[in-house]
Amino acid sequence: MADSVSGYRDSDSDSGVGRSEGRNAMAIVSRGFHGRRRPSDHRLPPGQYETRDFPVLSAGPTPRISRDTWEFTVVTETGVRHSWNWSQLMALPSEHPLVDLHCVTKWSKFDTTWQGVSLDMLLAEVETEAEYVLVHSYGGYTTNLPLKDLLDGHAWIAYGYDGADLPPEHGGPARLLVPHLYLWKSAKWVRGLQLLTRDESGFWESAGYHDYGDPWREQRYQGD
Amino acid sequence: MSDPFTDETAVAYEDGVYEDGNALAGPLSEIFAVDITAAQGCCTGCGATGPIARLRVYGPAPGLVARCPECGQVVLRLVRGPDSAWLDLRGTVSLRIRLGE
Repeated sequence: MADSVSGYRDSDSDSGVGRSEGRNAMAIVSRGFHGRRRPSDHRLPPGQYETRDFPVLSAGPTPRISRDTWEFTVVTETGVRHSWNWSQLMALPSEHPLVDLHCVTKWSKFDTTWQGVSLDMLLAEVETEAEYVLVHSYGGYTTNLPLKDLLDGHAWIAYGYDGADLPPEHGGPARLLVPHLYLWKSAKWVRGLQLLTRDESGFWESAGYHDYGDPWREQRYQGD
Repeated sequence: MSDPFTDETAVAYEDGVYEDGNALAGPLSEIFAVDITAAQGCCTGCGATGPIARLRVYGPAPGLVARCPECGQVVLRLVRGPDSAWLDLRGTVSLRIRLGE
């Protein structure tokens, strides 16, 4: 299995400052008496606080999915299905993204380490003209996002966390990881992507939460 | 568009952490003039009927998700934003609310 370290950092263009750039700048400023801002403030989107924990939020029972029956399927807008079982996923080159997480419930967690397969790789052979994706999970959860947000090194099917298998409470055996959006978009227990030519609201998006969910624009609720 | 992921693979579930439907009393009192946890709800998934207080409530964040104790279907969801609430009752066939004569 070919592994590579992606070196991906969750800096966001909308913040106006790349994250590593911001940290360097802040390291200089924070040596003086220039207020209470800590170096991490540049990494905190508006309205967020840093936590060292990894809170578990759930909207239902935790599915226990055997790797023997686990399957990830991409269904195109024309109904063509592309599926990977667990051993096929494991046979693909993996990456080790190091990313910050931002939950809409206002906690952020810095420098989380994951292992997973880039969506660029999984979608490389998929022919589509779709612009939208509805992500489906075991247990019935869904979330929607533009297809482009899953490409160009921005998203993974993650099966490892902090050097170990991803535990079920955090979405194992595998979850979507799309850290530049609020964490509800990073669907736990992912089972597939439905490619769509028209946007379709997911579980939280149909109950008041924002369609896109950019933490740097604080897009928490509809209308934000 | 039809859901291409409806063929349910055999999956075991752990119930996880939830409360009973009495946890909805406070949040729903902002919306309803009567105590809705005493109302009889009917689940669209399995047709089970019972008081809202018997639902299994997950949350409270990002929102309250109340599931049928018989089949697990989402019966009611409530999201409270800073200036609005979103109430989703699509999993509810009906609510029978006792009123005075």
